Amino acid sequence: MTKILIRGAKVLGGEQQDVLIDGETVREVGTGLNAEGATVVEAEGRILLPGLVDLHTHLREPGREDSETVLTGTRAAAAGGYTAVHAMANTFPVADTAGVVEQVWRLGKESGYCDVQPVGAVTVGLEGKQLAELGAMAESAAAVRVFSDDGKCVDDAVIMRRALEYVKAFDGVVAQHAQEPRLTEGAQMNEGLVSGELGLCGWPAVAEESIIARDLLLAAHVGSRVHICHLSTAGSVELVRWAKSKGWNVTAEVTPHHLLLTDELVRSYNPVYKVNPPLRTEADVTALREALADGTIDCVATDHAPHPHEDKDCEWAAAAMGMIGLETALSVVQHTMVDTGLLDWAGVADRMSFRPAVIGRLHGHGRPIAAGEPANLTLVDPQYRGVVNPAGFASRSRNTPYEGLELPGRVTATFLRGKATVMDGKLA
Amino acid sequence: MKRHLISAADLTRDDALLVLDTAEEMARVADRPIKKLPTLRGRTVVNLFFEDSTRTRISFEAAAKRLSADVINFSAKGSSVSKGESLKDTALTLEAMGADAVVIRHHASGAPHRLATSGWINGSVVNAGDGTHEHPTQALLDAFTMRRHLAGAPDGGPTHHRGPGDGTGRDLAGRRITIVGDVLHSRVARSNVLLLNTLGAEVTLVAPPTLLPIGVETWPCEVSYGLDPVLAKTDAVMMLRVQSERMNAAFFPTEREYARRYGLDGARMAALPPHAIVMHPGPMNRGMEITAEVADSGRCTVVEQVANGVSVRMAVLYLLLGGNEPAVTTTHSSPTTALNRDAARRSDDFEENDNR
Repeated sequence: MTKILIRGAKVLGGEQQDVLIDGETVREVGTGLNAEGATVVEAEGRILLPGLVDLHTHLREPGREDSETVLTGTRAAAAGGYTAVHAMANTFPVADTAGVVEQVWRLGKESGYCDVQPVGAVTVGLEGKQLAELGAMAESAAAVRVFSDDGKCVDDAVIMRRALEYVKAFDGVVAQHAQEPRLTEGAQMNEGLVSGELGLCGWPAVAEESIIARDLLLAAHVGSRVHICHLSTAGSVELVRWAKSKGWNVTAEVTPHHLLLTDELVRSYNPVYKVNPPLRTEADVTALREALADGTIDCVATDHAPHPHEDKDCEWAAAAMGMIGLETALSVVQHTMVDTGLLDWAGVADRMSFRPAVIGRLHGHGRPIAAGEPANLTLVDPQYRGVVNPAGFASRSRNTPYEGLELPGRVTATFLRGKATVMDGKLA
Repeated sequence: MKRHLISAADLTRDDALLVLDTAEEMARVADRPIKKLPTLRGRTVVNLFFEDSTRTRISFEAAAKRLSADVINFSAKGSSVSKGESLKDTALTLEAMGADAVVIRHHASGAPHRLATSGWINGSVVNAGDGTHEHPTQALLDAFTMRRHLAGAPDGGPTHHRGPGDGTGRDLAGRRITIVGDVLHSRVARSNVLLLNTLGAEVTLVAPPTLLPIGVETWPCEVSYGLDPVLAKTDAVMMLRVQSERMNAAFFPTEREYARRYGLDGARMAALPPHAIVMHPGPMNRGMEITAEVADSGRCTVVEQVANGVSVRMAVLYLLLGGNEPAVTTTHSSPTTALNRDAARRSDDFEENDNR
């Protein structure tokens, strides 16, 4: 068995400790551990986190291999410090059957860079009309627990209610892309001062908040749990805070880009800033950061959405929505949450690993760094400062909004069940 | 002036006055028996129209031709654009053909901005209307028309339009302009608010709340939901075209209700001060936002606006492109002199032609 000794890392940002990996497991955590027979990774000044878990990744395979594949996407994930990602269902064909989710799950296993947990579609073809065979996907080899029509909203209240109820049978959760369709017909960006000036059709906050309010009430009514995808407005934060105060079983995620960027960037008409839900205002960014800090928002999820160059190298209205995020997420979180004093590294571990793993019912991920636990670990250099250069990305796509921006922090090593997927900042 | 004209906000007060004053020079040329200047001879202006617009396209075409530019009309219909060619590839094609200026009309807000900043082309970009964003040359021709009527008297005050040159050197300080209609979807309104504010005018937008954008209260203008209260305090009222399709999206209940509440009829026109003018960017919906009685009255400047459009677009093309001409650079700060020199050259050209 391979032994690796990570020497002198600050575990969850706390005391410097040594962590001995033996095979797929953490053997020992302590100080002055014996390095005999082990490969030593010098980690002084580094932060050791549990391997990150993403609840919201678009890997695009099957169907859009021109923008990403399971292999390239999981390499990007590993480079970003992730050991598990949830692959969204809006592929071609849609992941709405046991066959498709098993295919994605198997491709993830073959990649070897990062565990891939498929998300199943809630409705057939993401069309919001008829429930997909949720039970079959739950019982498949992929053991799906998270169901989402992400990209589209389950807007029919009855379908949403039934889905929330039905997945209780196998401890599933419906992850809602909250977007009232009628209020967002032709929507191009956040509706506000900037959209009015730019003459771009607005995507109002109320279109998100009205669906969230409805779904919180539905989940409470039927006693189910519900997860809110990429929450993006201050009003949504208030609604989730209210639901949690009532003890309702709701969880929510925020993307890195909604923690940093605002709709002012759209003034450039550069489609790299086009995303759904859209970039909001400074007040929303502030509310989202506070909510992530106080736990109202449970986790950071990337909504990594790769698109080929031609789908962004065009006029705004013709461009695809979405931005990639796996390889920059931790840096953005350090920049917006850690370096601002809102969250410590233990908090980062909680919001980017422990909690998303619990929401997704993932076993073997989001575990404490302790003897006997699976060796899914991420080593971070928080002192690093670098300018984002997409040319070096592992993702097949380049649609990052951070190009040219200096961001802190760098993943220097990632371990998936004891195997280094990243070492010295490079993919293994 | 900047190299491109994308937004009315690109123009400082001095820039805007330079365009308007240059346009007055151009208008004088239009009054001559031979309406052509050699200024842009050998330069290529492409009219790249992704949206139907007969009047704007022919206005730019006439403007470029009067400056002796070679004009290529590229319309989305019947071209490779309709086969799915991207804006980028279209731009690269035009660049390869050596376009010195691209006049673009596009259904997507921001398309001219992309064309100007993406590095796809090197020429000047003139926005001839993008989506629901801006239409800066329309705002310029509107300001030109307003200036002639509202600042054309020898004392700078309002007068009935007297002739070319009226108002030269003046802005629109203190003039009260009312813009009525579908502001939400109007690129004309956006550009006019920006330019009129730059020129010192006081703008009031009038529309039902459904047809005003979120955040309009931060714009440099006043807003009124009613038309009648503002008429007596209006020097120029601009009626925007309202598409009846908006009714289907519940922006207003019926065409008749819209016309009753926001249409300009004879009674409302009578409530305007005697010197006030009625403007419309065209094409008009007679019976909707404007009655035939008003449209055909002597106070309506619609036809005049069309003529002024050519002069203003000549000025814009001249200032964006002509500034690089060696013959012009020596008198860069004085377009009048440059024009006179061009006019002299023009007559020589035509003598040569006559001898041939």
